[in-house]
Amino acid sequence: MLRVIVRRLLQLVVTLIALSALIFVWLRNLPGGPVEALLGERATPERRALLIKALGYDQPILVQYGKFMQRVLTGDLGNSIRTGDPVTDVIARAFPATIELAIAAMIIAVGLGVPLGYLAARYRGRLLDNLTIAGTLLGISIPIFFLGYLLKDVLTQDIHWFPPSGRISTGMDNTSVTGFYVLDGLLTREFDASADALWHLILPAVTLATIPLAVIVRITRASVLDVLNEDYVRTAEAKGLRHRTIRGRHILRNALLPVVTTIGLQTGALLSGAVLTEKVYNWGGLGTLITDSISGGRDYPVLQAIILLAALVFVLVNLLVDLSYAFIDPRVRVR
Amino acid sequence: MSLLDVRDLSVVFQRRGERPFTAVDQVSFTVEPGQTVGLVGESGCGKSVTSLAVMGLLPKRGNRVTGEVLFEGTDLLKLRPDDLRDRRGRDIGMIFQDPLSSLNPVIPIGVQVAEVLERHRGMDRRKALREARELLDAVGIPDPDRRLTEFPHQISGGMRQRALIAIALACKPRLLIADEPTTALDVTIQAQILTLLKQLVDETGTALIMITHDLGVVAGLCDTVNVLYGGKVVERAARHELFARPRHPYTHGLLNSVPRLDSVRGERLHAIRGSVADNIPWVEGCAFAPRCDNVVDACLDGPPPLEPTASGGDLRCNNPVSEEVAVP
Repeated sequence: MLRVIVRRLLQLVVTLIALSALIFVWLRNLPGGPVEALLGERATPERRALLIKALGYDQPILVQYGKFMQRVLTGDLGNSIRTGDPVTDVIARAFPATIELAIAAMIIAVGLGVPLGYLAARYRGRLLDNLTIAGTLLGISIPIFFLGYLLKDVLTQDIHWFPPSGRISTGMDNTSVTGFYVLDGLLTREFDASADALWHLILPAVTLATIPLAVIVRITRASVLDVLNEDYVRTAEAKGLRHRTIRGRHILRNALLPVVTTIGLQTGALLSGAVLTEKVYNWGGLGTLITDSISGGRDYPVLQAIILLAALVFVLVNLLVDLSYAFIDPRVRVR
Repeated sequence: MSLLDVRDLSVVFQRRGERPFTAVDQVSFTVEPGQTVGLVGESGCGKSVTSLAVMGLLPKRGNRVTGEVLFEGTDLLKLRPDDLRDRRGRDIGMIFQDPLSSLNPVIPIGVQVAEVLERHRGMDRRKALREARELLDAVGIPDPDRRLTEFPHQISGGMRQRALIAIALACKPRLLIADEPTTALDVTIQAQILTLLKQLVDETGTALIMITHDLGVVAGLCDTVNVLYGGKVVERAARHELFARPRHPYTHGLLNSVPRLDSVRGERLHAIRGSVADNIPWVEGCAFAPRCDNVVDACLDGPPPLEPTASGGDLRCNNPVSEEVAVP
């Protein structure tokens, strides 16, 4: 087991190094850049040359990359070109916001998706099943930004059920401990702050959850249909076990194996979906940071760091999924 | 009163847009306490569907079950689903064909045995596991303590079937239904499992319905045999009677097609010609008529009735094999 983990972590390092090189070259070949953004269009060539030299962009790209990696290894990701703040600080502020949003979305997607998928399979071909299938099709195909603005318009402008944007009401005097506002409120016993943050969290989380929810419903449904036909479910029925026991111990336990894999793969969808969702609800997480860093003059250091972090999160979550698999399914357990 | 009295049991499968198919056609048979009864026939003759109908394990949709299944006088077909659930596993146990797929792959063997004890005998997990250990020991699984925590893929095929037998007999049911319990096993293991079943049935006094296509299994185990063809009982007889004097041409053909060690070298094996696909519907005549060597005109004039024979059995045939030309 330990050997598997170590091997996977080594693979992760190689992946990240390759990815960092790719991003580095790719970003620097995008049209526009920090120099144009900082100096504007009418800057004199002399001033431009001076800034390019000051930022080190006149050196060969390999040298630039080498210096970047050297600093990364010492834990220094550089400073934001836009604001001048250290990249680590900028990201540390935005990261918990996005993770809080992603976790909330995943709770909705799994908490709603698994029961719905189970019921659709159980009542296959009936009204509930057909409605669910139609719903998942809509959920997969509706663009996130469209759904986001729609929900926002109806539920925050027409009827004021939810706050339109932000993570917490202005004037809410909350203490930040972890950066996860809902959790912070519970830790510091500022329950009003917790509730307020949760209230802000619901709409963005629902928006972000639609695609993973639709995927999880479909996978669960297909998987439960498979398991329902298994001989061991018939054995369980022949034992006269209660419906509850058969559902939990014999059907869902087996049917959820593919769903767990899906959860890992959906992390990618969550991270990319977060960019759009955060824009719509002005969330102030990594998604907002990434859009601001691109439109605000290609903030190379920040962009590099965010993309690498996203890759790191994705690979780690999938590593966790693979490891959990070994615990759930005895057949894949490694000696 | 018989332990189990199946009367005119019919199962019709009907899927939307398809013609209804009668898998079991007015089958009647009885099982006395402690008796071993065989249901014999080839694939598709309705023997498994019969057992699933008795257990109430057929899919909820797409079929119609009629007739009566009287277990100690109670019609199981009329019980509410929850009441039937209370009886399954407690009064009637069942073991299936494929022991690997019949066990849950992600749950330890011990729990799979224990849960039926928890359900029907109100034991807590600790007590049920202790009892499960005894049961595994009783069905001849070596090192039962270790097996409790092992998973189905970690033990052999024979042991899996033994575990399933332990599950089925855990609550000391009065009836055990075994649906081709040896088909998926090696020949040497088959013999062990049959010996075990025979021994357990003798010890506990449990009645047994043995569903099989293997006449060898019947010969070693059953008191009475019901031969099914095309969803109907075509012959019923005591074991010795059936093997000594098979009357129905189908039974005769089955016995004749068993290879014998004492046959003359080079002699061709007898086979029943045609296949189940040649069957005609029972309403038009005897379903076996197209494959039968003894066919007469009356066979195509509607279904022959099931009539008692002189030797105490029942026979559904217009022109049975005469007792003289029976298997040597």
